[in-house]
Amino acid sequence: MRLWNELSYFTCWISHQARLCTPPTRLCTPPTRLCTPPTRPGPALYSTHQARPCSVLHPPGQALLCTPPTRPGPALYSTHQARPYSVLHPPGQALLCTPPTRPGPTLYSTHQARPYSVLHPPGQALLCTPPTRPGPVLHPPGPVLHPPGQALYSTHQALYSTHQARPCSVLHPPGKALYSTHQARLCTPPTMPGSVLHPSGKALYSTHLTVPGLIQPICFSTRLLTRFSLSPSFLSQDIRNTVGNIPMEWYQDYPHIGYNLDGKKIFKPIRNKDELDEFLDKMENPDYWRTVHDKTTASDIRLSDEQVDLVHRLQKGQFGDVNFNEYEPSVDFFTNEVMIHPVTNRPQDKRSFIPSLIEKEKVSKLVHAIKMGWIKPRKPKETTPQYYDLWAKEDPNAILGRHKMHVPAPKMRLPGHEESYNPPPEYLLTEEERMAWEQQDAEDRKLPFLPQKHSCLRAVPAFSRFIHERFERCLDLYLCPRQRKMRVNVNPEDLIPKLPKPKDLQPFPTTMSLVYIGHSSLVRSISASPTGQWLVSGSDDCTVRFWEVNTGRCMKTLEVGGAVKSVAWNPNPAVCLVAVCFESTVLLLNPGLGDRLVVSSTDQLITSYEPPEEDKEQAVTWALSEGPEHDNGHRLTLTHPKAVKQVVWHGKGDYLASVMPDNSSNLQVLIHQVSKRRTQNPFRKNKGLVQCVSFHPLRPYFFVATQRYVRVYNLIKQELTKKLMTNCKWISSMAIHPGGDNLICGSYDCRLAWFDLDLSTKPYKMLRHHKKALRGVAYHKHYPLFASGADDGSVIICHGMVYNDLLQNPLIVPVKVLKGHQITHDLGVLDVTFHPTQPWVFSSGADATIRLFT
Amino acid sequence: MGGLQKKKYERGSATNYITRNKARKKLQLSLADFRRLCILKGIYPHEPKHKKKVNKGSTAPRTFYLLKDIRFLLHEPIVRKFREYKVFVRKLRKAYGKAEWTAVERLRDNKPGYKLDHIIKERYPTFIDALRDIDDALSMCFLFSTFARTGKCHVQTITLCRRLTVEWMNYVVTSRSLRKVFISIKGIYYQAEVLGQLITWLVPYQFAHDHPTDVDYRVMATFTEMYTTLFGFINFRLYQTLNLVYPPKLDSKAESELKAEHEEDYAMDSESYLEKLSALSASLARVVATAEEEEENQLDQFPADGEDLENMEAREKEQKEQEAQNRLFEGLKFFLNREVPRESLAFILRCFGAEVSWDKSLCIGGTYNVTDETITHQIVDRPDIDKQYINRYYIQPQWVFDSVNAKMRLPVEDYFLGVTLPPHLSPFVEEKDGDYVPPEKLKLMALQRGEKHVQEEEEDDDDDDDDEEYNDEVDDEDLTEEKNLKKMEDQRSQGKQTLAVKVTPGKVKPWETGSVGNKVRLEKEEKAEEKRLAIMMMKKKEKYLYDKIMFGKKRTTREANKLAAKRKAHEDTSKAEKKQKKAKKQ
Repeated sequence: MRLWNELSYFTCWISHQARLCTPPTRLCTPPTRLCTPPTRPGPALYSTHQARPCSVLHPPGQALLCTPPTRPGPALYSTHQARPYSVLHPPGQALLCTPPTRPGPTLYSTHQARPYSVLHPPGQALLCTPPTRPGPVLHPPGPVLHPPGQALYSTHQALYSTHQARPCSVLHPPGKALYSTHQARLCTPPTMPGSVLHPSGKALYSTHLTVPGLIQPICFSTRLLTRFSLSPSFLSQDIRNTVGNIPMEWYQDYPHIGYNLDGKKIFKPIRNKDELDEFLDKMENPDYWRTVHDKTTASDIRLSDEQVDLVHRLQKGQFGDVNFNEYEPSVDFFTNEVMIHPVTNRPQDKRSFIPSLIEKEKVSKLVHAIKMGWIKPRKPKETTPQYYDLWAKEDPNAILGRHKMHVPAPKMRLPGHEESYNPPPEYLLTEEERMAWEQQDAEDRKLPFLPQKHSCLRAVPAFSRFIHERFERCLDLYLCPRQRKMRVNVNPEDLIPKLPKPKDLQPFPTTMSLVYIGHSSLVRSISASPTGQWLVSGSDDCTVRFWEVNTGRCMKTLEVGGAVKSVAWNPNPAVCLVAVCFESTVLLLNPGLGDRLVVSSTDQLITSYEPPEEDKEQAVTWALSEGPEHDNGHRLTLTHPKAVKQVVWHGKGDYLASVMPDNSSNLQVLIHQVSKRRTQNPFRKNKGLVQCVSFHPLRPYFFVATQRYVRVYNLIKQELTKKLMTNCKWISSMAIHPGGDNLICGSYDCRLAWFDLDLSTKPYKMLRHHKKALRGVAYHKHYPLFASGADDGSVIICHGMVYNDLLQNPLIVPVKVLKGHQITHDLGVLDVTFHPTQPWVFSSGADATIRLFT
Repeated sequence: MGGLQKKKYERGSATNYITRNKARKKLQLSLADFRRLCILKGIYPHEPKHKKKVNKGSTAPRTFYLLKDIRFLLHEPIVRKFREYKVFVRKLRKAYGKAEWTAVERLRDNKPGYKLDHIIKERYPTFIDALRDIDDALSMCFLFSTFARTGKCHVQTITLCRRLTVEWMNYVVTSRSLRKVFISIKGIYYQAEVLGQLITWLVPYQFAHDHPTDVDYRVMATFTEMYTTLFGFINFRLYQTLNLVYPPKLDSKAESELKAEHEEDYAMDSESYLEKLSALSASLARVVATAEEEEENQLDQFPADGEDLENMEAREKEQKEQEAQNRLFEGLKFFLNREVPRESLAFILRCFGAEVSWDKSLCIGGTYNVTDETITHQIVDRPDIDKQYINRYYIQPQWVFDSVNAKMRLPVEDYFLGVTLPPHLSPFVEEKDGDYVPPEKLKLMALQRGEKHVQEEEEDDDDDDDDEEYNDEVDDEDLTEEKNLKKMEDQRSQGKQTLAVKVTPGKVKPWETGSVGNKVRLEKEEKAEEKRLAIMMMKKKEKYLYDKIMFGKKRTTREANKLAAKRKAHEDTSKAEKKQKKAKKQ
């Protein structure tokens, strides 16, 4: 029954549709008939159509309009095909879509079939062929140019072509452009009663339906047109906005608020009403209360009496229709009386009293299933969980089911005093702390909450982040990667190495005893005489001074021709000779201090030189000093080709090595023999910038320190014996243990490397005691001590015991940090040297002083 | 040479781990199901030792699970249940779509469910394991039991949580195992010692929750699902150990007492019963009707000597203290005013043997009235009360909490109505040496040792002259100390100066002329220098560690100093205010 109802409804609907559709057929035929006679205004339309260049191809409007009465469908189809875009149509569909008799629906279906239907409104395609040409140019507004009969169509075209010509986005503000236009166009028909003018098929129908003169097709167009022409004021008045049902704020920023039927802009009133106008209007206009502002046309409309009445009725909640009676007596559809007789006289079916076999079968199946226990009655559901003794048979040795790698989650941190509702006052944050807390990121905060103090328990509010915290804990439990970390609980005292007490390692210098003052610039180099009575120092103030160690008296001052880079006292106690280097000169001085015998024997030694027969070309010129220079103590002058940085004596006191750092040549180190006044360059190859050199105290070895390595050469065999890797960036100084098996290297990167030559070519120990670059290192001749001076102004004395037992490693213990030098120009101690016999250390600094620590 | 070349990342730690996405694919589960499974089974990501190796050379942030864990999940029967549930949902949706209501009903009836019993047993092989891990479960259940029964989660879950928490509280009351309580700004912390395990939980204040939007309640619900199961089994077992009936039943005596009134106020019997249980005022029924008094579990005396004996004695002492604490409020009769948090106070007081009652309109289960003459303490949280009885103390609730933490009944004077309360300290903080100890804690410790000093000071607080004297004394002490310090400093600086001066004229070494104090100082200096020199000889690695440790130590002392300074500033200002007031009075 219901289905049937639906069906009937459906058919009704269909017929309704049919009804809706049919009128056009009736409607559209008339024009053809109308148009055929050449005398009527119709032909004008055709002629214009034909006059257009594209009409040569296939004026579709014509084809459509003309063919139906005479030609069958296929013909129509072929015209379609002839058009360039008919390719897009599947032929079958096109055929289907163009029933010869019904132009209206055809339009729509084709329209839908085409993908670019927005661009090609079907009405246009069919009615006005040239889709490419903008209408307004060709067709001035209909009513003016065209005779009445055409007017309708040409306006059509005009409207359409304008639509087409305009990029859609002009119509509506960007963004909603394309769709909204489309919509607008679709929406307009229902709202416009005069939508005859609108090209879309639906609009056409609806007007047609509403137009009363439908049955008289002959007069239709004329009637309309007369109506149009008769009331030009209507046209001018009826500036309907074609934008459709869109939010009007889209037009807020434009001077117009839409387009009228001719596609012209509707402009907003030039001056908006302001508050004052509104007020005046309110005061003066008696109809002000019934004036309503129409947004779409931006005009005020005065409501008529009927409209006002309608509004009142609606406001009261009454029906809009005055004539509607809501209290009509109700009429029952069915009687409430029970009738005793059946409605029909039909006898009962047989099946209504014979038991159904199918049902019986079903029941017996169920019965069987129940008997067999296949079907069971539904159990009542357990709502509450059942608990029992889960661990009744627990195995104490069972490990966690999975594996041993289980890392139990850490427990929540227990609250401290600051979390109390009434904490001691010191746990509350001060104003600045609170500000800082608020500005911190939530992750950086030390406390995740602000400590607060409440005077009583009743004043404590709920904690707003409670659920958050629980949730975060949940997340931590299942998302946070866990790792077992070994936490070493080390007592920091245990980390400090157990060293012998410095007290037990005495003697070593502990206090500053003497300051040798006299130099006016930084003292680059110092050296003690082998007897330990004198000290020589060379400074940047171009002087060499000789001091008496015990008194601190300056015995002698010698002016030399440049900043003194290095001084070295001859280690041979039988000779009193000092080597001084400045610029490219090495000067051998006889200071004339100490034992007179020694002094004179030294002079004799120098004068006793006999030049050899054959004079060899030497790298260095030896010159004997005479005259006043001789009186000053100058004995020999060795003029080097390059600036000399360091001079160093061999232990026996006959050989002297000088260093001329130069990265580009092999002439960096020269070894001079004083007694024979001979000079030789031991190296044929350049192995890097030489920093300093040194002789082995006992054996014929020669140590050359380049920037990062120390090379040990055997002078007799003339070969490289060892290359020590210092692991430093830049070596500054080097000292050899008097035993000859150990070596220390100071570097500019604050390190001191101790090498055990027997052990390895790598440092036995790296000491990073100093805070700044090391400038000088020194070993004591007899005591197991070594010292290092650095730019931080301190001299560190270490106990460095070397055992005769080869298996025992040297013992290195720092015993004293000596401070005294002032740091000037970021330079502290420049050179250190030990007293040859006493456990004393001399240090020269950038503060132009030499200090003695005893 | 020879042999196949081993490829990278095909052995070693790279094969022991699996990324989350891979694990999910292996298990063929959606992310939500995988999450649920992980929560229920207690599977968590592991941080590999060498992340780059495991991550096949990439350093992208990824979470890794142990491959063993995931393999272990493969055999989990619950995974099948998840799939069944998915099918069920699909069928149900289809039935709804087709409007087949009978089918919907049938499907609903056969909704697949699952049990977590085996998972609990597997995750916690022994009871103690489970008990150790119950902290989070307790906090979660207490939170869920305070939720409103709308939205957020199923009503059944809320009622179940409530039931379990009430059971737990009843157990703690009966076994008297509560140890510490703490009122924080988040809620109230409780710590109980159950079978030797310390269990801490947090209960939020009784307010409606402002449910946050950025919290995933599904995760919380899954956790709660697991926790309730675990919690129920634990409760069962705990009740069994005390010979109590599970689910808990009220004592027949108590039941008859409570039966009389209010029965008609409740729609359901079960509801009223839960309320009665949650009132915590009555004792529970036992399986075996034993005599009322608890049998004292005496420690057996073992013949022991030396260290064992000492240990034994210490243990005995501890036991005694424990018993004393358990009887802290025994014999006292409390009455709770309506503005105090009834449940927490009733719970705490009952845990320590007090009798508690409250207004009848507040809750079911009040046993006596305000007018009862035998009430010893009334807990009030308002500035003043109109009608006061002479023979009872009117105290603020903090007294109960502080007394429990102090393991003794504190003097009630500080907690009277309208009195500014002393700070409430956390009982969970155990100060090591070097940490800052608030003065209140020191006072409390003195009180616990039985010293009367603090009492005097309190008296001092009353009359200002004494106070000042006392302060003067303190000041004097401070002064002397400061003087000493200054002297030391002076000497030191002098020493330095002399050192500097000495070099030029070449005087004798300082330690030969020094006085006794000087000698001590010199010795100290020497020690310090020795240490400094030794530190110079440390290896790089050890030096780094040492520096780190020392940095941490310094930070703690700095913090402690900061707190102390703050306290001092606060006290100074308060003292100044006091003086001003006094001046005004005069």
